[in-house]
Amino acid sequence: MRREPPQRLADYGPLFFPAGMLTVFFVVPFATMIAVSFFQREQGGFYTAAFVFDNYARFLSLFFGKVLGFSLFLAVAVAVACVVIGIPFTYLLSRSPRKIQIVWLVALLSILSLSEVMIGFAWSTLFSRTAGITNLFVWLGLMVQPQALTPSFGAVMTAMTYQAFPYTVLVLYPALVRLDPTLTEAARTLGASPVKAFFTVVVPALRNTILATLIMVFIFALGSYLLPQLLGRPQHWTLSVLITDQAIYQSNMPFAAAMAVFLVLVSLALVGLALYAGQQRQAK
Amino acid sequence: MSGLNLSHVTKQFGNFTAVNDVSLSVPDGTFVCLLGPSGCGKTTLMRMIAGLDLPTGGSIELGGADITTVPTHRRELGMVFQSLALFPHLTVGENIAYSLRIRGTPKDAQKKRVDELLAMIHLPGFADRSVAKLSGGQRQRVAIARALAISPKLFLLDEPLSALDAKLREAMQVELRQLQQRLGITTIVVTHDQREAMTMADTVVVMNGGEIRQAAAPVDIYRRPADSFVADFIGQTNLLPVEADSAGRASVLGEVVEGIALPAGTAKGLLSVRPEDVQLTAPGHGAIAGTVTFIRDLGGAIETFMEAGGAQVIAVSAPRNRPDVSVGQSVGIRLDPATSVVLAR
Repeated sequence: MRREPPQRLADYGPLFFPAGMLTVFFVVPFATMIAVSFFQREQGGFYTAAFVFDNYARFLSLFFGKVLGFSLFLAVAVAVACVVIGIPFTYLLSRSPRKIQIVWLVALLSILSLSEVMIGFAWSTLFSRTAGITNLFVWLGLMVQPQALTPSFGAVMTAMTYQAFPYTVLVLYPALVRLDPTLTEAARTLGASPVKAFFTVVVPALRNTILATLIMVFIFALGSYLLPQLLGRPQHWTLSVLITDQAIYQSNMPFAAAMAVFLVLVSLALVGLALYAGQQRQAK
Repeated sequence: MSGLNLSHVTKQFGNFTAVNDVSLSVPDGTFVCLLGPSGCGKTTLMRMIAGLDLPTGGSIELGGADITTVPTHRRELGMVFQSLALFPHLTVGENIAYSLRIRGTPKDAQKKRVDELLAMIHLPGFADRSVAKLSGGQRQRVAIARALAISPKLFLLDEPLSALDAKLREAMQVELRQLQQRLGITTIVVTHDQREAMTMADTVVVMNGGEIRQAAAPVDIYRRPADSFVADFIGQTNLLPVEADSAGRASVLGEVVEGIALPAGTAKGLLSVRPEDVQLTAPGHGAIAGTVTFIRDLGGAIETFMEAGGAQVIAVSAPRNRPDVSVGQSVGIRLDPATSVVLAR
């Protein structure tokens, strides 16, 4: 099919709607947030228009640096966990009978219908001492007495991985289904065990998809603010939790906005770095 | 016993029998073509030889050892897939070196072998190219080189040339056969193209319905088909009903043909006559009476279609022996007993 570049203004017509949506729901709020981040906070009140760097200056402290570092670490850990579990899972899923695939995909899609609050409380119940899975372990004789698994870093990780897992599978699934199954068979005839074939053929052939999945889950996990509060200790709180705290409970909109802007910039920089690294390896 | 030996190999998928009790002996260094229509079980048989599918019955021996349940990666074989299955994330050189890398061959030995193989497939200096930028024929050669990198005991090719255009395919058939003869490697090719099988194979194995119908040299398959399926599948043939008359002589389409005998105790059969063995003469004098219905002049050969006793008979002649007939004309058809084969009906 021959495609010609748009000639007249009307040719750009199909782009107007998405452009409008993007402007109304992303550009305008984000611009507002950037503007607010430079405003002056009024003690006990709201804020007044100004152009000060106080909000950013306050942010440059060891405390916030640690929180930012932990947020990024948590997001990366969740992304890696999702991909590490998701690739073998989706690979096996894509090789199973159609009926089994449909059941799994419907189950995974139904997780998406659960809100973060429900996921959080479900896991806090599962990890509790009185009604949690440790009671099952005691019954099975694996533990002496039930104990609480929450609040802890493990609990936060588990719930966040659980929440992001359906997205991981949905992004990996089309690529794995399209992957020529004879590639692994060819690797096996060439002397690679099934496991070796998986790591030397399937994983490298999917490098771009894996990178895209990592970035997507990373961004998704960076925005999580409910699960760290429900299942973690204060040291497991992410920057998103602090932003919520500042914006809603402390009524410090300018400071919350500054943190949000900073978080966006840092994550954009990391995504850019990941893409750049991916391209470098491709060029090689 | 060396070579590849299949005995009573059977593969069932649920209630469907893909391969039924196949026994076949392939001596070392021979080139075998598994030939048959799609769904005849030839690919399944090859996959079992490769270990990609496990037989539900029977056993497979290679070089005296039972390999029926040995995993694919320990069978030391080379296989070219129909899709070629070149690894998209590796260069030409890395693709070819894959089996060596998996076995932990030193880097410089890998490089030496890759250069050797690239020279063999007439693509020297292609090591650093991306496989995506190769032409169909080049991809084909790379797939062959990759399969041969470890000098395998057994070289398997599943419809290897089906993606190529007709001219290139014929050239590759000759090249593949010459390569196999030079290396002396036991080779099995799955194909549905009988010209391909005739060009390359020492032994053609004709399969249908999961069973071997005949395994023999190409010329024997063509000249002495074992049954009507083989006769019809290999090349063009006239399958004409033969009946024994009251005196016990064989008659074809109402005329007694001297020199043809039905097996003792049978009254009916089918006579397979290749179109080039059908002779046209004047009607009468003991020739089968026929009427010309169509003439196809292909330039290199002339096909004359005739109707005789309710059956269609095709004769093929070279241009210099062009029969002097026209559509609608009555002709006499003569069959040569020496080149005709009586088959069970």
